[in-house]
Amino acid sequence: MKLLKLLLLVAVLVAGSAFSPPEKFKDGYKIGDKATDFQLKNVDGNMVSLSDYEDVKGYLVIFTCNSCPYANAYEDRIIALHEKYNEKGVPVIAINPNNPEIQPKDSYGNMQQRAKEKGYGFPYLIDEGQKIFPVYGAQRTPHCFLLEKTSDGNVVKYIGAIDDNYQDADAVETTYVEDAIDAMLQGEEITIKNTKAIGCSIKV
Amino acid sequence: MKRIVILLCVLALTGCKEQKNEPAFALASIEKVKPLKIIETNAKTIPVYNFNSLEKLLKPQEDKIYVVNFWATWCKPCVEELPNFEKAYKQYKKEGVEVILVSLDFPNKVNEILIPFINKKNLISNVILLDDPKQNRWIPKVDENWSGAIPATIIISENKRSFYEKSFTFIELEKEIKDFVNN
Repeated sequence: MKLLKLLLLVAVLVAGSAFSPPEKFKDGYKIGDKATDFQLKNVDGNMVSLSDYEDVKGYLVIFTCNSCPYANAYEDRIIALHEKYNEKGVPVIAINPNNPEIQPKDSYGNMQQRAKEKGYGFPYLIDEGQKIFPVYGAQRTPHCFLLEKTSDGNVVKYIGAIDDNYQDADAVETTYVEDAIDAMLQGEEITIKNTKAIGCSIKV
Repeated sequence: MKRIVILLCVLALTGCKEQKNEPAFALASIEKVKPLKIIETNAKTIPVYNFNSLEKLLKPQEDKIYVVNFWATWCKPCVEELPNFEKAYKQYKKEGVEVILVSLDFPNKVNEILIPFINKKNLISNVILLDDPKQNRWIPKVDENWSGAIPATIIISENKRSFYEKSFTFIELEKEIKDFVNN
């Protein structure tokens, strides 16, 4: 009987931990931290890791999704960023951090469809089990992390928004991400390293 | 017959007018801070502000507790928690609590989405549209710990200010409001 109770207790504890959402890493990465690599499934079915890229100078990791209107507002700008910087050695790596059970628009199937429709030239990965976004400290979509590839790991150089006007790409005054990448590629100090923006909370 | 029609029209018009006057904006300083523009819905009037004006509007005031909720129609958890804010407003209005729902809906979607939403829900709380794309400038002014994800809420009284980047159940929200009311 005691054993049964114990077993029940263990079962409850295990179930509890399995279903509780991942802890919100308020801290996440800060500028200068080394970012972890990952192995996540791309919309083409292949697994993608940062280390797969050999001749790159860095990565623009963007947590984004199908369902968020802010992510939608920035979608074309994300595509353009990849077109501009992939050939300069800084590809976009998009990661969908949302739990598709909470937000079905962000299911793997819908990600595949969206990537195909818009012709994404970059990987669009699913954070299965939602293990990667809390480590980075992504808090909303879209949320950018610029990493510089060094002999000593991938160093976080910029965290935040793509630019300073979500409403109107033509009314942008400061292109935060482009400025950060340009400075990084020229070996200069990045002027604005952190920015904030409204975005959709990540669905856990 | 014509006369009756005209009379009916006049009645209908005045009826509408009265309805619109009733849910007047409850913020004391609303008259002092000029909105960028005003959106009319069947249910209520929605002033549009940039952050500079909103900030003036939310200056702490004696005998007032402002519960300011940042939300948007596209934000699922925000829409889910709205009834809790409405209920809190109903219950604590007499204690000086003002609930202000600051919509971050896209200004170009106001007619298509926000107005029908407000009409359908018949919200009693004050609704403001914040139209200020320079988010990196104003988000830290709301609270330096705010990541920018919504829902987010600030409660402001004359001598206290708390920020929450989370969703609220009614019980959780009531507990916070009570803390302010009893202070």
